[in-house]
Amino acid sequence: MKLTLNVWRQKDRRSPGSFVKYAVNDVSEHMSFLEMLDVLNEKLQTEGQDPVAFEHDCREGICGSCGFMVDGRPHGPMPRTTVCQLHMRSFKDGDELVLEPFRAAAFPIIRDLVVDRGSLDRIVGAGGFVSVNTGSAPEANSTPVPKSVADKSFDNAACIQCGACVAACPNAAAMLFTSAKMQHLNVLPQGEPEKYERATNMVLQMDKEGFGHCTWHGECAEACPKGIPLSSIAAMNMDFNVGNLLRTPPTSGGDGGG
Amino acid sequence: MELNSRVPEGPIETAWSRHKFNMKLVNPANRRKYSVIVVGSGLAGAAAAATLGEQGYNVACFCFQDSPRRAHSIAAQGGINAAKNYQNDGDSVYRLFYDTVKGGDFRAREQNVYRLAELSVNIIDQAVAQGVPFAREYGGLLANRSFGGAQVSRTFYARGQTGQQLLLGAYQALERQISAGKVKMFARHEMLELVEVDGRARGIVARCLDTGEVKSFVADAVCLATGGYSNVFFLSTNAKGCNVTSTWRAHKKGALFANPCFTQIHPTCIPQSGDYQSKLTLMSESLRNDGRVWVPKDPADCGKNPKDIPEESRDYYLERKYPSFGNLSPRDIASRAAKQVCDEGRGVGPAVGGVRRGVYLDFADAVKRLGKGSVSEKYGNLFEMYDRITGEDPYDVPMRMYPAPHYTMGGLWVDYHLMSTVPGCFVLGEANFSDHGANRLGASALMQGLADGYFVIPFTLADYLAGVKPGGLDATHAAFKDAEGAVNARTQQFLGIKGKRTVDSFHRELGYLMWDKCGMGRNRAGLEEAIQRIPAIREEFWKNLTVGGTGLELNQSLEKAGRVADFLEFGELMCIDALAREESCGGHFREEYQDDGEAKRNDAEFQYAAAWGFNGVGVAPTLNKEPLSFNYVKPVTRSYK
Repeated sequence: MKLTLNVWRQKDRRSPGSFVKYAVNDVSEHMSFLEMLDVLNEKLQTEGQDPVAFEHDCREGICGSCGFMVDGRPHGPMPRTTVCQLHMRSFKDGDELVLEPFRAAAFPIIRDLVVDRGSLDRIVGAGGFVSVNTGSAPEANSTPVPKSVADKSFDNAACIQCGACVAACPNAAAMLFTSAKMQHLNVLPQGEPEKYERATNMVLQMDKEGFGHCTWHGECAEACPKGIPLSSIAAMNMDFNVGNLLRTPPTSGGDGGG
Repeated sequence: MELNSRVPEGPIETAWSRHKFNMKLVNPANRRKYSVIVVGSGLAGAAAAATLGEQGYNVACFCFQDSPRRAHSIAAQGGINAAKNYQNDGDSVYRLFYDTVKGGDFRAREQNVYRLAELSVNIIDQAVAQGVPFAREYGGLLANRSFGGAQVSRTFYARGQTGQQLLLGAYQALERQISAGKVKMFARHEMLELVEVDGRARGIVARCLDTGEVKSFVADAVCLATGGYSNVFFLSTNAKGCNVTSTWRAHKKGALFANPCFTQIHPTCIPQSGDYQSKLTLMSESLRNDGRVWVPKDPADCGKNPKDIPEESRDYYLERKYPSFGNLSPRDIASRAAKQVCDEGRGVGPAVGGVRRGVYLDFADAVKRLGKGSVSEKYGNLFEMYDRITGEDPYDVPMRMYPAPHYTMGGLWVDYHLMSTVPGCFVLGEANFSDHGANRLGASALMQGLADGYFVIPFTLADYLAGVKPGGLDATHAAFKDAEGAVNARTQQFLGIKGKRTVDSFHRELGYLMWDKCGMGRNRAGLEEAIQRIPAIREEFWKNLTVGGTGLELNQSLEKAGRVADFLEFGELMCIDALAREESCGGHFREEYQDDGEAKRNDAEFQYAAAWGFNGVGVAPTLNKEPLSFNYVKPVTRSYK
């Protein structure tokens, strides 16, 4: 099949960007979306042009490196699928697509479709951990964890930190991401001692990074390739608010809850 | 070169404890005076960087990805072994040790393997305390499963994403140290040189991938935890960015490279669908528990719809050749058998380069026996993943599978302390050669990465640092300036060729050659041919490569050019090693050395680790042998008939 792509090209953070139109011929329906871009890039390079920069690594939908907007949707049209796992059979001959980077103030553009998502790492660093030094762990089976609790933790831990939730949100909020990282630990007995402090610190960091606020559109959960539920955000708000009540004096400036 | 493995003497059961006591310590108050570089942020690297940070050292950690959480450990599916014996089914540290030595086909160092088995139990404790959501029973205790043909249930797992969950545990511990200021993280930085001063590893030169800036980083020791080299085959299950660069550049500075020909091929991966293919996707081996592997008996049937091929025209070749293990035959055996039937022209699926490379993995009988619901419960997510990639529904048509490169047992030679032959340069995880011999057992890679990072390096590195004075050096030293110069010169060289072929086209050419001649089956003629052809590809690479743009920007072609240039040198060493090892063992199958299809090991002549020394590009390397002795597990022949 033949496709027309309108790709956002931007040399670096300081340079202005614009859409450039490319024709891609000989697209097989068995190709992944990124393999289709590989074919375009091979062609561009042999013609002496700069290839389109895009982030990718495992191409199995688990590392979270890839991600850009296809026709305004993070990772493209297929639900619960990263763009590396999206295959060209989802499109038809003659389609014209628009490819642009995840856009958010907290995700500065590096080049073309590549953005800097370091802000997400810093949210984790603010509290998305259990403070246990190597070697000081108790015997693993000394704390039974009900299966339902372990499963709930897991549903949140499935987050791959791709940033699609931020890109999908009209406010560019990182609520779904932050709540997933937080609830992964907050529901477990191992995460219990630091639960409220974790909630406060992660939410404050989220605000500091310049992510927007939540106005409950729910676009994030729709876009999430791993199906993180909106209820995680509700649980985060709960932990954050309880945390604020418990703190003396109450934290000021923490207005990031929903 | 005399290789001193520094293994402790005396009974193996107490060797590590005694050794830990005998090693030197660094006083907690002095630790902040020492700086350590950790390259790589997968299980081994993140675990090491976090732990060393907790202990008070100044750590700098590097990864080429945009976040340490994206290292390829994240993609491991199956599980992690540990000798907890929670299932009361006869497991023990000794049994895990025994299975690992035997599974490695008697080409690993016994003492290292014993330590690995011993530390496995601590890993589970640590991971659970970090909040890793392992599978649990309804009573709330940890669940286990049997994996990869093991006779005990010792594998801990987290749905199909054990790697991601364990890495998140290590990554979160690392982020905690980063925000505490004990670890400085350099994401999107690629190590391009190891720097030695006075015969010791004292730092690295790295390129910032966003800006292209080339910088020196000085330290008292360097830990390389940069994974394996399966991408030498171009198509593998590894992430696209996985490369041999850091270990190869360390090799060129004097670190010996051991057993490069020991590579593991995973039997159940989704076959290639066309020339544009960029990587291969692994499907969990557990599928073989219920799927039946077959190809048509008659090559004329290969293009037919599998449903139209009657039972009597199908060859269930694994069940036929290995009646006692059947579809559950070990990885290497199942892989070679698939290659054989495809070489005979009986492969199925689309022909790529004129050959159909695929075999059916059929669930029709399982659906009949167990019902669709129960098959879906076990394999639903895998079937969905397969459907997403191929557009075929495995409930309706049999899956197609073909083996793919997956893991590399070879790596930089290290002693019991995980130190390479360059003093102060330590190597962790898949990047070293130490624990899996010629074949790795399922669910043992995660175990080794974490054991090295959490529980070995903190002790052995301290022993090394206690013997050296901290600091006393900065990046103005000539050794750093020379290394920066070399990096910049190489960049200019890539940009200046202005030829006609892309980096990927060279990588593909090398990869197909390696897969053909140094893949699942190897023979003298093929290896000699590859050793002739690789230098020719290399020569064309340096004459006809095209890399656009500049060195001072995000330039993904330039990054790849550096990695492929290293693969073009490394591939030759791999073939040389495969040629020199005139036996078959584990994943290394030399067609000349077999008993009716079974690997024929030659313990009398080849019971050693082959550690190669670099003498120059295109110059014959020097072979150093570390003899292996087996005092606990007596070498026997593997048989699965």
